[in-house]
Amino acid sequence: MTEFLQHLVNGLSLGTIYALIALGYTMVYGVLKLINFAHGDVYMAGAFAGYYVAGALGAGERPTLPKALAVTLGAMVICGALGFVIERAAYRPLRERPRLTALITAIGVSFLLEYGFQLEPVRGLPVRFPPGPSPTYFPPLLSLGEPIELLGVSIPWIDVIGFGVAVALMVALQLVVFRTRFGTAMRAVSFDARTAGLMGIPVDRVIAWTFVLGSALAAAAAIISASRLPRIDPLFGLMPGLKAFVAAVLGGIGSVPGAMVGGLVLGLTEEYVAGYTASSWRDAIAFAVLILVLLLRPQGLLGRAHVEKV
Amino acid sequence: MSPADPAPPPSRARAVLGGFVPFAVALALLGALQPVLPPTATIVLLNAGVNVILAVSLNVVNGFTGQFSLGHAGFMAVGAYASARVTLAFADVQLSFLPGVLSDQVVFALALVVAMAAAGLAGFLVGAPSLRLRGDYLAIVTLGFGEIIRSIIENVGWLGGALGLSGLPRLTNLTWVGLGVVATSLMARRLAASTQGRALFAIREDEIAAEAMGVDTTGYKIRAFAISAAYAGLAGALSVHLIQLATPSSFTFIRSIEVVVIVVLGGLGSITGSILTALGLTVGLELLRDVQQYRMVVYALLLVVLMLARPQGIFGSRELWDLWRSRPPPPFPTGGGGKGEGAP
Amino acid sequence: MRPTRALALIAAAIALAACEKKQAPQPPAAAAAPAVGPAAGAPIVIGHVGSLTGDDATFGLSTEKGISLAIEDANARGGVKGHLLKLVSYDDKGKSEEAAVVTTRLAVDDKASIILGEVASSRSLAMASKADDFGVPMITPASTNPAVTRDGQKVRPYVFRVCFLDTFQGLVMAKFARETLKLSRVAILRDVGSAYSVGLADEFLARFRALGGTVVDDQSFKAGDQDFKAQLTAIRGKKPDGVFVPGYYTQVALIVRQARELGLRQPFMGGDGWDSEKLFEIGGRALDGNYYSNHYTPEDPKPAVQTFVRRFKEKYGSVPDTMAALGFDAANVAVDAMARAGDLSGSALRDAIAATKDYPGVTGGISIDAGHDAVKAAVVLKIEGGAPRLAATFAPEAAVAVPPSPASPAK
Repeated sequence: MTEFLQHLVNGLSLGTIYALIALGYTMVYGVLKLINFAHGDVYMAGAFAGYYVAGALGAGERPTLPKALAVTLGAMVICGALGFVIERAAYRPLRERPRLTALITAIGVSFLLEYGFQLEPVRGLPVRFPPGPSPTYFPPLLSLGEPIELLGVSIPWIDVIGFGVAVALMVALQLVVFRTRFGTAMRAVSFDARTAGLMGIPVDRVIAWTFVLGSALAAAAAIISASRLPRIDPLFGLMPGLKAFVAAVLGGIGSVPGAMVGGLVLGLTEEYVAGYTASSWRDAIAFAVLILVLLLRPQGLLGRAHVEKV
Repeated sequence: MSPADPAPPPSRARAVLGGFVPFAVALALLGALQPVLPPTATIVLLNAGVNVILAVSLNVVNGFTGQFSLGHAGFMAVGAYASARVTLAFADVQLSFLPGVLSDQVVFALALVVAMAAAGLAGFLVGAPSLRLRGDYLAIVTLGFGEIIRSIIENVGWLGGALGLSGLPRLTNLTWVGLGVVATSLMARRLAASTQGRALFAIREDEIAAEAMGVDTTGYKIRAFAISAAYAGLAGALSVHLIQLATPSSFTFIRSIEVVVIVVLGGLGSITGSILTALGLTVGLELLRDVQQYRMVVYALLLVVLMLARPQGIFGSRELWDLWRSRPPPPFPTGGGGKGEGAP
Repeated sequence: MRPTRALALIAAAIALAACEKKQAPQPPAAAAAPAVGPAAGAPIVIGHVGSLTGDDATFGLSTEKGISLAIEDANARGGVKGHLLKLVSYDDKGKSEEAAVVTTRLAVDDKASIILGEVASSRSLAMASKADDFGVPMITPASTNPAVTRDGQKVRPYVFRVCFLDTFQGLVMAKFARETLKLSRVAILRDVGSAYSVGLADEFLARFRALGGTVVDDQSFKAGDQDFKAQLTAIRGKKPDGVFVPGYYTQVALIVRQARELGLRQPFMGGDGWDSEKLFEIGGRALDGNYYSNHYTPEDPKPAVQTFVRRFKEKYGSVPDTMAALGFDAANVAVDAMARAGDLSGSALRDAIAATKDYPGVTGGISIDAGHDAVKAAVVLKIEGGAPRLAATFAPEAAVAVPPSPASPAK
């Protein structure tokens, strides 16, 4: 029983990370219908942004809550700016084109970030940038103390914080999407961008802001994930990015609660598969579950069935 | 080929013979080229050839049919391991009526056929359930199947596990790869001109309309998928007998993505586009080797810039020879809505 | 269609009947006599193949640093046979296909006399067949899988290694766990995607059982993973005395941290893949009380080791990890063989490398045996206070534990 509960905690903690990344994925997808392949790498960049900001603030040596918040905010701003640049330079010019075209630029941006960060540090910069391929230690931003012990189950504090942040962000996003003027505009653009434009909605601005928001979310996810590990490297976002995409599709891509549910379901599936069956089949079984879900419910768990018309 | 003709025997024979002409020409050319080409150029060209086969075969699914598959590396792996098991099983066997060298080639031919059959079957098995899905869902499911195939290889001892199967005989040479390229290109070209191909284009342009017109969309899609997978298996078989090693790390989803990049960059639906882009990218990356780590950064930038400069791909959906004709390019499906101001 | 099918069947029957055992397998066509060495005044080229980008870039770059330091040293001594040495290093992106291409390129276009590389066994295998084809000797610094220097039962003529094999390292750790630490129930956590990890795990498992121990659980992970708690929780349920994790430091640091978070206080053990400054930086206090086997310890008082560590720090600003030390040794063995060889032809260099005996490398005395593998001692290090300390030394032959002498570094 203890083991089962421990797996539950572990699975939720893993799923939280997937969910946090998937939230950004699903936002961008909802508006643009574009698989933003670079999202995982923006997430990686967010972790490094946090690392550099933490270094500048000295947050690693003497962790305090204001500093931790400042680091997170700093990383979110930097990533938001990065997302803005990526959208402007690589995606916007291709918006009228087939979606596969923008997918290739997304892959290009993804490679650019991955391989760019793998280069040896430039001499003469005040910080080691690019960081190079070796793993980098991510300093603790809060001194959290020992994990909580409950019924023999160990729960690290960072996972509690992560879960709280994920739920809060999900609720906030849902409110933004359904209760604000910006959210209304987003939904209009998502429904039919051309008509939305004719109705006076500034489509470009809405999409740009969605990107900024999605990228900032990736940075927040990255800070939590990096504090949890604590190791970052240029391929830090590769597998989590892929898994988060899977989670977003699983939950019904474009749906904010779907991303949360998809992430948690994927995390728990992986956890129980690895814990109770042969762990070498972890990825294979996780993907098999995903395929089964999609075959039975092609719109994802919380996605809305969508009838295609001519 | 006019479908109205009942194809009387003599013209049929000519058609069959005609099918061999490109192979004969290719064989003669490659036979002449093989001894004079330096080793490095040869191995780069061989890799390029493998990429051509992969790209052209993926184009059948992604370009002709408009279905987005991310599992090509998985089928490549199936072909690679199937052929590796065949050549390893026959490693010490010789056909008594043939000299040793020729006997190996016969075994290799058998291995290639087995590879294509196995990969084609895998393509059918994967395609049959998943092709009901569309767009990104299909992408995820094919990606998932690709990863499952790789997991199976890693976990099954008979397939060598993480280290893979080593000590394969070196059988891949310019002739085999050249024949593979010709076969794949001819397949794609003839497919495009056939009833099957027209049906695929119809599915790409508008699946619902195609279905309404009585096209068995699922059936055609599955067939296209299986054919494409079979040729991916051929590429896998050629690739592992080139480096004499089949290892699961050669078949990650990054490999699938590389192939998608070639297809889109060359132009969806353009066979010559795929061929020239595969050649150009493989050779180009080799030439860039001197800039060391910056190579991949240059490659990434190139992808973005090329796509921005020519969003329809280098060749669009046209073929090389269409460039000299004055007729307008065939219609191309446009993506989702949105008011664009940046389109050139 | 009937006659066609019958014909096909007959043909198949004939083909089957015609199968017979091959005569002696033809020896690999040793490449046409290669040019003997560079022209007067031209440098001797030493090739290196490594992953300088991609998943394994951190290992490839480390190896390259070690190699270039060795070549710098050799050139400072005036080079070999009146020629200076030049390192030509190519990136294989962590892919076997590219490793085969760049090995060809080094052998043919760059006329490399000796090729060094790769870290990963699967990529070394792709290089090995090319090295044999072109008759250029190849030394792998760190591929520990036995298959690398063999082609079936045969020893590959041009392929060597300067590291010990998984078989030896597995034996060392099994003996250490069973006899020194007196563990009887051990769990294994292996990287199922890495030939190194799988090979080492299999070897450890067989040896540990042979010594009377029980392996209570055998879990796996994959290189890209960042979360290992599922496997660790399962292991915790089995209540082992210790856990064997043959992996690279990139994952091990996380595994050990997560294990401690879950309350697993048993000793964790591993192989040479653990060794890196990064392990201690990322793993922190969680690593204390764990053990790993290695080729050497940077605290070895031997002057060769101390000079190497000091020079490496001066040049690159970090303590060399195992990959760097092995790269350094591989390059030095190559240089030593060049100096001893009659000329710089592939066959002369091959024979010179094969004759290497007790070369005083940083990672221990290196002798190449008939199987082209290095016969070396291994050390087991215990991590205390965030740094490795020597716990035991194992002689190469019988892997008998030699307790550390009281004079061993107590720094």
